[in-house]
Amino acid sequence: MANRTPLHDWHATHGGRMVDFAGWDMPVQYTSITEEHQAVRNAAGLFDISHMGRLTFTGTDALDLIQHVFTNNAATLKEGQVRYGLVCNEQGGIRDDVLVYRWPTYGYAMVVNASNRDKIVAWLAEHKGSRQVMIEDRTLDSAMIAVQGPGALELCRGVTPFDASQLAYYYSAHTTYRGQECVVSRTGYTGEDGVEYMVPAAAGAALWEALIGRGARACGLGARDTLRLEAAMPLYGHELGEEIDPLQAGLGWAVKLDKGDFIGRDALLRRRDDPTLRVRVGLEMAGKRIAREGSILSRDGKEIGRVASGTFAPTVAKAIAMAYVARGCAEPGTTLDVDVRGKSEAARVVPLPFYKRPKA
Amino acid sequence: MDQKDLRYSATHEWASLEGGVVTLGITKFAVEQLTDVVYIELPDPGDNVFAGESFGEIESVKAVSDLYSPVDGEIVGINEKLLDDPTIIAQDPFGKGWMVKIKIEPGQTLDKLMTLPQYEKQIASQDH
Repeated sequence: MANRTPLHDWHATHGGRMVDFAGWDMPVQYTSITEEHQAVRNAAGLFDISHMGRLTFTGTDALDLIQHVFTNNAATLKEGQVRYGLVCNEQGGIRDDVLVYRWPTYGYAMVVNASNRDKIVAWLAEHKGSRQVMIEDRTLDSAMIAVQGPGALELCRGVTPFDASQLAYYYSAHTTYRGQECVVSRTGYTGEDGVEYMVPAAAGAALWEALIGRGARACGLGARDTLRLEAAMPLYGHELGEEIDPLQAGLGWAVKLDKGDFIGRDALLRRRDDPTLRVRVGLEMAGKRIAREGSILSRDGKEIGRVASGTFAPTVAKAIAMAYVARGCAEPGTTLDVDVRGKSEAARVVPLPFYKRPKA
Repeated sequence: MDQKDLRYSATHEWASLEGGVVTLGITKFAVEQLTDVVYIELPDPGDNVFAGESFGEIESVKAVSDLYSPVDGEIVGINEKLLDDPTIIAQDPFGKGWMVKIKIEPGQTLDKLMTLPQYEKQIASQDH
């Protein structure tokens, strides 16, 4: 049977249309993807992201293990700071994209994709070696809730004794919710400002209800997907996978080749200058038909790429996609043909992201 | 249009026959399953359509679906307003959201299609 988050009953009794996602029974939407999307862009949306994997690392060699498997540099993290990066295989392909948190005083945490949780737990065990580190998978005994949107910080004021608006972007803090341990971070996956909470599973429903009571709108995975796509954030299984390396994915900023050795580094040094590797680009469709995952891209009748994900983007009001194309076709302004269900449609390469939030 | 007077296909189209012309749309159930319709493609007047075959497509944020004709015939009218504003389909699926008008051969009927009680039974078994 599919896994259920601590908020499952709430979703099921509030119109959530439940679907299987990476082995979890999750709401894809409650009312309308577009409405939920707009709530996040204009006010504040609430997401149950308890399905994401939450691992903690303690012990004297915790940092050393993280450095060994993580492409970004965890050694320069300040207390509470959060950093995005990749876990790569030996060939430089992406095993997962993750966030690493430096906890105050006692260790680190890693948030991984639900679909990759078992794989990453096994990967860590395999590469732990003789390091003094204890890894705990806290996914099933905790809940994780995201509040996202221009109204998120205001909405969260007073929910915890520590106020999230005191955090700089991509920082976290340990606080409490109704007397229980709670981690609050200024992170998200929507292109908006916002807050993410981690609390013990038993406190999840009360926190969720409290945030709903303050006016946050429940949003499903459907809106999460359109939001992240507009913000050009990659999704594992679409833009990222074992055969794709972070450099071709446009994530070179999260790869620190000069931090010391890590798994995949040698391969990445070789792949860095390989002109045959396709690169991630944004596409805007000329018409309204949507190029979805797998659609073939061509130029002058020759196949030069494939769509990784596509949707109708509610905020930019266009059919958009992210795709991998040959390097010679990656320049913004390049026009390409997309095979959308047997019919050719025109698309144009555009700079990423499609949407950038207005500066406050 | 009164839903009791319409006929229904297993693929969630509704049809009504008047003066040899079938008006076709999709049901409220279909609209609710799709949600967030962003685009519809319809045939041109004069095109022929065939029973059980696709005559167009409807695209939502999440997915794209074919539209199926329950009859053989010739397109004699399309609802052009939907091309500019496909949200009309969700607002009024059985009325202003009609999609195409199909002229059928004399003597053809919609008898093979489901009645409302039969259709409701089908969707009750699909809905969960």
